[in-house]
Amino acid sequence: MSDSFVLAGRGLVGGVAEGEALVTREAISGWGGVEPRKGRVIESRHELVGQSFAGKVLVFKGAKGSSGWSGMFHMSRLMGSAPAAMVFTTMNTKIALGVVVTHVPAITDLDGDPFELIHTGDWVCVDADRGLLTVTPQGGNGAGSSSRRGQAQGSMVDSDAAAQGRALAEELER
Amino acid sequence: MRLADDERAMLDGEQGEAVAAAMDLLVRYGEVLGAERLVDTDNVCGANLFGSRHSLVCGSPTPDGAFSEHSLDAPRELVIPPVKAQSHQLIGPMDTKHWRVQGLPQDEHDEIMASEQYNAEHGIHLLNTCTPYQVGNVPLKGEHCAWMESSAVVYVNSVLGARTNVEGRESTGAAMLTGKIPYWGLHLEENRRGSHLVEVTTPVVTNRDWGLLGYWIGEQVPEEAIPVVDGIERTPDLVRLKHFGAAAASSGGVEMYHVPGITAEARTREEAFAGRAPVEHLRYGPAQRSEAYEHLTATASDTSVDLVMIGCPHATLGQVRDVVRLLEGRRVHPDSELWVFTPRALRHIAEQNGYARALEDAGALLMSDTCPAIGQFLPKGTRVIATDSAKQVHYLPAIMNVHGWFGTLEECVDAAVTGTWRGERP
Repeated sequence: MSDSFVLAGRGLVGGVAEGEALVTREAISGWGGVEPRKGRVIESRHELVGQSFAGKVLVFKGAKGSSGWSGMFHMSRLMGSAPAAMVFTTMNTKIALGVVVTHVPAITDLDGDPFELIHTGDWVCVDADRGLLTVTPQGGNGAGSSSRRGQAQGSMVDSDAAAQGRALAEELER
Repeated sequence: MRLADDERAMLDGEQGEAVAAAMDLLVRYGEVLGAERLVDTDNVCGANLFGSRHSLVCGSPTPDGAFSEHSLDAPRELVIPPVKAQSHQLIGPMDTKHWRVQGLPQDEHDEIMASEQYNAEHGIHLLNTCTPYQVGNVPLKGEHCAWMESSAVVYVNSVLGARTNVEGRESTGAAMLTGKIPYWGLHLEENRRGSHLVEVTTPVVTNRDWGLLGYWIGEQVPEEAIPVVDGIERTPDLVRLKHFGAAAASSGGVEMYHVPGITAEARTREEAFAGRAPVEHLRYGPAQRSEAYEHLTATASDTSVDLVMIGCPHATLGQVRDVVRLLEGRRVHPDSELWVFTPRALRHIAEQNGYARALEDAGALLMSDTCPAIGQFLPKGTRVIATDSAKQVHYLPAIMNVHGWFGTLEECVDAAVTGTWRGERP
C-alpha cells in the first residue's frame, strides 16, 4: 500500500468523509454543466465530460458559469448523487453557496497544490472540522511518494493516516 | 462574521422561523466566503418557480416546502412570510401562454402556475426574464443588489455600476426575506477595478462580434478577473453588451468588466485600473476571433437546422422587430422552427405592436418567461439548432444533446427560412 500524506487547509462545511478522488484543474459549470441525477459532468469541452462525481471526493478549481451552480449541486444532494466531499482552490460566491447547500465536507486554501499532489483514483479522507485532508495515493510505489508531500505540515506517514491527521490537528491547535 | 443588532435578532427568531432560517443560511454562506458582515439590499432577483422536478425531490410537495428546501436550504418545511426586500422572479421553466408547445402536460402547467401564484402572493414581482434591467428593474450606480442570473449580474455591475455578486437561488431566497446579503466581492469598491487588459485589434461592431469577443475573454481570463476591453471604436448598445456579458459569463465566470468610455465605472482606461498595472495583457485579433468561433461551433457539422432560437438573453423589442423585418415576404421552412424569446412584459407590447402576429403569420413564434435551456425543451426530434447567442450555443448542446450553429441574426433567420445553415465563418 502507498504511503499516505496530509494536507492542511481551511475547513468550510464541517464533517468527515472519504472516497476516491476525482481531480480536475478546471472549474466546473453547475447549471448546464452538470446533470444532477447521476452527478455527471456534461459540459461539451470539459476534461471530465461524461464522468460522475457521485460519492467521490471532487478536487477541482472551483465554480464557473451560471448562477444556478448552487441549485444544481443542491439538487444532486436531494437526488443522492452529490460528491462525498469537495476540495477546491478558487473561492467565489458560486462555490461558497454551493458547498453550503450540498452539506458535504469542504476544504480550500490547502498548504500544498492539490492538483500536483492528488490524482484521480487516490483515496482521500476530508476532515473539514479540522481542515485536514489525508491522501492515500493509489498504486504509488511507497518509497517514491515522499515527493508528493505538502509543503508545510504535510509530513509523511507510513500507516494509519487518520491518526496522523489527528496528531497534526492537535499540533496545529497548540 | 459580525452581525448587526437587527441581524442578530432575525437569527434569534424574532421575526419567525423562516426569517431565522434565512439569516442562518446567510451566516453559513458569509462565513465560507470570509465576509466580515452583511449589507442591506432592497433589490433582489431570484428564481423560485417550481414544478415537479423540484417538488418531487424534497419530500414535501407544498409551495412552502419547496421554498424552504430549494430557496432557503432550511432543515424542514417552514411557513414563509411575505418578502421584505423588493424581489423579482427571473426566467423560469414555462411559457405561460405557449406551454403546450413545450410539450408540458396539464398537471405540470398547473403546478407551475400555482407556484407563480404563491410567488405573487408573497410579493415577488413576476418579471419572468433573465433581463430584469429591460423591464422595470434598473438599479442605480452603487446600489447594493442580490441578483442571480450571471448575464444580468455582469450587465448591471458593468454597464450600470450597480453592485452584486453572482448570487444563487438559496442566497437570493434568504435575501428576499431578510433584506441582507454578504458584504463581499463586488460589493466592495476595491474589488471592482480592472485586472486584465484586453486590447482589441480587430473591429468589434455587430452582435456576433461582441458575442465572440465575450466568449473568448471568458475562456482566457480566470473566474475572478475583471477584464478591461480597450480599443473599441464604435459605441455598442444594450443588445451588444447583453450578448457580450452573457458570453463571457458562460465560457468563464466574468462578473464584471470595463469598457473605457462606455461602462459606468471607467471613463478612461486609467480609471478602469485605478492606477494599478494590469496583471495580464491580452490581444484579441482575427486569430482569436476564429478560435472563439471554432470553440462555439465545436458540435456543429450537419447543416439541416431544426430550430432557430433568438432571444438569449431575452430579446429587446428592437430585436423582435428585426426578426419580423427579416421575415417579411418569407416563411419559416416546414422542417424548421423559429422561436423568439422576450420578457413577459415586452411580449405584451410586441403583441400590441403587431410583432407577435407577424411572427406567427410567418410560421415563427414569440415566446416569453423561459428559454429552451432553462425549460429544457425543444421541438420534437430536434438534432441541430442555430442561434445568434453565444450563451445559448454554449449551453444547449450540453443540456439537450443537440448540435449548434452560431451566427448573425440574418444568418439565423435565413436558416429558419431555408432549413439549412449557410452562415459564414467570421
